[in-house]
Amino acid sequence: MTVFIIRRLMQSSVVVAVMSLLVFVGVNIVGDPVDMLINPEADQAEIERVMRDLGLDRPVHEQYGYFVVNALQGDLGKSFIFGEPALQLIVQRMPATFELAIAALLIAVVLGIPLGVIAGLRPEAPSSKAIMAGSILGFSLPSFWVGIMMIMLFAVMLGWLPSTGRGDTVPFLGMQVSFLTWDGLQHLLLPAINLSLFKLSLVIRLARAGTREVVHQDYIKFARAKGLSESRVVLVHLLKNIMIPVVTVLGLEFGGLVAFSVVTETVFAWPGMGKLIIDSLHELDRPVVVAYLMIVVLMFVIINLLVDIVYSVLDPRVRLQDARA
Amino acid sequence: MQFRNLLIGCAVAALAAAPAWGQGGTLTVGLKAEPSSIDPHYHNLGPNNSMAAHYFSRLVEQDDKLRLLPGLAVSWKPVGDTTWEFKLREGVKFHDGSDFNADDVLFTFERAPNVPNSPSSFGTYLKGKSFAKVDDYTIHISTERPYPLMPVDMAAVPIISSDVGAEVGTADFNSGKAAIGTGPYRFVEWVPGDRLVIERNEDYFDAKPEWEKIVFKPIKSGPARVAALLAGDVDFIDNVPPIDIPRLKGDENVQLSQGVSSRVIYLHMDQYRENSPFVKANGGGDIKNPLLDVRVRKAISKALDRDAIVDRVMEGVAIKAGQLLPEGFFGVTPNLQPEPYDPEGAKALLAEAGYPDGFELTIHGPNDRYINDAKICEAVAQMLTRVGIRTAVETMPKAVYFRRASRGGPDNSPEFSFILVGWGSGTGESSSPLRSLLHTYDKDRGFGASNRGRHSDAEVDKLIEDALATVDDDARLKLLQGATELAIGRNQGIIPTHYQVNTWAGKKGLSYTARADERTIAMGVTSDK
Repeated sequence: MTVFIIRRLMQSSVVVAVMSLLVFVGVNIVGDPVDMLINPEADQAEIERVMRDLGLDRPVHEQYGYFVVNALQGDLGKSFIFGEPALQLIVQRMPATFELAIAALLIAVVLGIPLGVIAGLRPEAPSSKAIMAGSILGFSLPSFWVGIMMIMLFAVMLGWLPSTGRGDTVPFLGMQVSFLTWDGLQHLLLPAINLSLFKLSLVIRLARAGTREVVHQDYIKFARAKGLSESRVVLVHLLKNIMIPVVTVLGLEFGGLVAFSVVTETVFAWPGMGKLIIDSLHELDRPVVVAYLMIVVLMFVIINLLVDIVYSVLDPRVRLQDARA
Repeated sequence: MQFRNLLIGCAVAALAAAPAWGQGGTLTVGLKAEPSSIDPHYHNLGPNNSMAAHYFSRLVEQDDKLRLLPGLAVSWKPVGDTTWEFKLREGVKFHDGSDFNADDVLFTFERAPNVPNSPSSFGTYLKGKSFAKVDDYTIHISTERPYPLMPVDMAAVPIISSDVGAEVGTADFNSGKAAIGTGPYRFVEWVPGDRLVIERNEDYFDAKPEWEKIVFKPIKSGPARVAALLAGDVDFIDNVPPIDIPRLKGDENVQLSQGVSSRVIYLHMDQYRENSPFVKANGGGDIKNPLLDVRVRKAISKALDRDAIVDRVMEGVAIKAGQLLPEGFFGVTPNLQPEPYDPEGAKALLAEAGYPDGFELTIHGPNDRYINDAKICEAVAQMLTRVGIRTAVETMPKAVYFRRASRGGPDNSPEFSFILVGWGSGTGESSSPLRSLLHTYDKDRGFGASNRGRHSDAEVDKLIEDALATVDDDARLKLLQGATELAIGRNQGIIPTHYQVNTWAGKKGLSYTARADERTIAMGVTSDK
């Protein structure tokens, strides 16, 4: 397993290097940040000063070299807009996004697996058909629209939940979290549901497909023949065996939840990384965009590795081996 | 768009039964843009400057129409040709209890142009000036040449306390440690992306504002901002999307406040290239740039139905324009009116100029910078096509647009031939747009920085330069009016279409004194009692 991990890490560093080049060059050929940053009243001399200060007067390959040298020392550059290290800006907003993503993932798992199993056990029942129809909606409705509709229904018309922002936070393990306060929970609920809808549908479909397959296996028939209670058959024998695809997909999807909660964060003005990245893109804050994408690449690489390891724990038949073997 | 209308329709029904708001002195404001720092000298840009105005005062303040008012200076006057004297207010205390005096002003002016990493510095207002303390409450500011805009420049720079020390950094302001001003509010905390909180300064030297505490929440998305207001999560929002205005008007629980801004939306034409990249003969062949001919530029102005732009495209929320600033601002001339819609006159002028069948043109514009900018481009293109100038439309995000419009061509020349842009006069008078848009492009002397059409006229240049060196208001007014009349009336160097009108919305009973500089200043939000 150690060999496997080392090999994977080496492959990953190549991926990271290639990504850094693509991202850096891609971001640097669009527009000019100076026009976004500068007061229109400024004269030509001030415009040139800002370009010099930000290093924009240098050719792209020179800027890239500079970026790589600094990045290897852990410095991903300073935000053009905030003047603070890009990494620090992203890390500051990370807890909010992680909180949202974890809440969404929990909702997806806690609701999705039981619903999927129910739909899989009795595929012809009306309730199962309703669940599957609902999951199609979850897949196909755009989350921007769903978010606005949820705000309209629960915040504007019913007045049950707040429409925007993060609410009160308290320190927890050195981070500011909102799920430990009542106000924070209320603020968390709508965006978490909004973000989870797609994953929820995905989990329902995976769990249903898994259940349909597993329920006809010999060991389930044997368990029933042995006279085990239905709940033991489902909760122990069936559930364990449908978890592998669910864990794989959710592991990968969790990265997506964290990296691309952009839409939900924008609609609900959630102060997380997604909102930061979309604002930075609009305002051409290149160092933040580059740093963010680098972090996302790293995150995906790590999650993939972790999924492989969890896999081997869940399914003893899987061996992590040197790829050449 | 439809669901948004639906959203508001439902909200009207829901809110009808809601109780009147009672805030206990706290006002929650939903803002489109949040500042990039609390350091008042870090980033010279709208959101930062309007937020800083809550906790920092300036020597000179500007009212909602950008007229000058005494701030930390009680009076100012020119002494001699090149020196201005500012008498400072006595008895003013900073939020930490220390006294304000001339040392703070000099400290501020030393620091403001030299903040490290500043993406847009306050040097614009301070360079070329020397500062001298006469006594604790008098300072002299000198320039090399006579300089009339001194009080206006002084209205741009927030004064900080010299107690924070010369080593103070931007991070010290963001944490609140150095955010010590003399303004009507004191800074409490800033959580970027989430909230910015301020509290009333009970020792403020001028009239105290109504609200004890203000919470600003950045809500970038327009529909989400409106929804937050309707849901009661915020009391007041800025930048109401125009599409929501008619419905919000019909909502008895919402009160709108509107006001014309100092921002003119105008068309700029390539006036210096014989062969302009986006002007073609009919059928696509090369053609000598017709926009060089003033008759063609005037024909374009006549071909614009400004009433239609205001009524249809802008949903009535705009004022048609004939010059650089709306009525009431310094430098406005009574001799220029919005050009009336005259398609026949436009065709006649085109024929006279040698283009009876018109030509082909592309209009470029941003699609996320000004209110309805892309739609205005489309309307302009249709109107021009009607008089024979077949016009294509290309719009793009501002992040891409401005670079190309300013220096996207060879040798950093403007890339486009015919563009839509806007200009908000920060000074509240017409020298600001004149020197940036209509003075000959002159990099070394800092003129014509945004003259993307490269309009150039020695007579106009002279009037502008004279105005910028004439301290006497009456004489300067004549020069500015003269420059405007020549540059627009005679040369049609730019074609103004309309002045932007901005809209704020609050809960019933909250009104806002709309500001011409488009800023959202919580001191201007008042409740009817």
